[in-house]
Amino acid sequence: MTAATPTAGADGARAAKAKAKANPAASLTARYYALDEHDHPEGFSTALGFWIYLMSDCLIFAMLFATFAVLGGNYAAGPGPRDLFDLPLVAVNTTMLLFSSLTYGLAMLAMQQGRVRGTQAWLAATALFGLAFVGIELSEFHHLILEGAGPQRSAFLSAFFTLVGTHGLHVTFGIIWIGVMLAQLGKYGLIAANKRRLMCLSLFWHFLDVVWIGVFTFVYLIGMLR
Amino acid sequence: MANHMHDPAHDEGHAPSPFHATLRDYAIGFALSAVLTAVPFWLVISHALASSLATALIVTGFAMAQMVVHMVYFLHMNGKVEGGWTLLALLFTVILLGIAISGSSWVMYHLNANMMPVPGKMDGMG
Repeated sequence: MTAATPTAGADGARAAKAKAKANPAASLTARYYALDEHDHPEGFSTALGFWIYLMSDCLIFAMLFATFAVLGGNYAAGPGPRDLFDLPLVAVNTTMLLFSSLTYGLAMLAMQQGRVRGTQAWLAATALFGLAFVGIELSEFHHLILEGAGPQRSAFLSAFFTLVGTHGLHVTFGIIWIGVMLAQLGKYGLIAANKRRLMCLSLFWHFLDVVWIGVFTFVYLIGMLR
Repeated sequence: MANHMHDPAHDEGHAPSPFHATLRDYAIGFALSAVLTAVPFWLVISHALASSLATALIVTGFAMAQMVVHMVYFLHMNGKVEGGWTLLALLFTVILLGIAISGSSWVMYHLNANMMPVPGKMDGMG
């Protein structure tokens, strides 16, 4: 304890360390005695902070899922899921997103091995699968709106477009982020900051795939069973 | 700053703990996800089961399983990453999610059930 008082110098610290080695209980005390602000390596808390953001994002989706659960049966005499949804198309879309998760994983493996080109190539593949996903989703939306089943048609369709659209918007931002990272990698290579960013993007991208599991199950598959 | 003891054990608790991904993880995760996606789609498209309720329950079970697979093999969740804080944050979120979704459905379902029947009401409501 004396080692952490303002008068203690380097000698005191050394003595405390020696004491800590001899007595585990003392080392336990020392660990909890950091009253001052102290240095941290840059980005030491980024992963946890980004995870907390993802959890808050998860709550947004929870509310949208809850809204859909409440309003999903209110068709206002309009078309329901059976009239509108094309399950084989949704299956293709799901496959696109699943492939993109795999290719992102391969990008992370290339990153761990320090291969810049490999990382970029797999990231580009991920972006292409992501674009295919967003493209299919937009064509589905376009088709629905042309059929007169736009978001203003019924509470069911409002909830559907909000939930699925919010997810699609997230994927779109993920693709933009991949584009930014491709440029970053081209300019600076696999520096520590870029590795950290790629790790956050990895969490983001895989998280979106987890949300999509909820979407295709509760909106599309169970919608067809209603 | 000057008074801060530089204790290596202390730093370990703070150091970023980047996960170490392996090809094996991604391969297993992808294979499991493919199966866990294909089966529910097949069940619903082919009407393999007569009961819609049974199909819905099975499909929900597959979704839960696939979410866990993604968490473990793609997001590399375990109790050790960030000293367990990510797992704790996730559990907290899952609890809030469960309360929000099941609570909303429960309350709104009963609200609909308790409404006065309206003659000539448009069909498809509730």
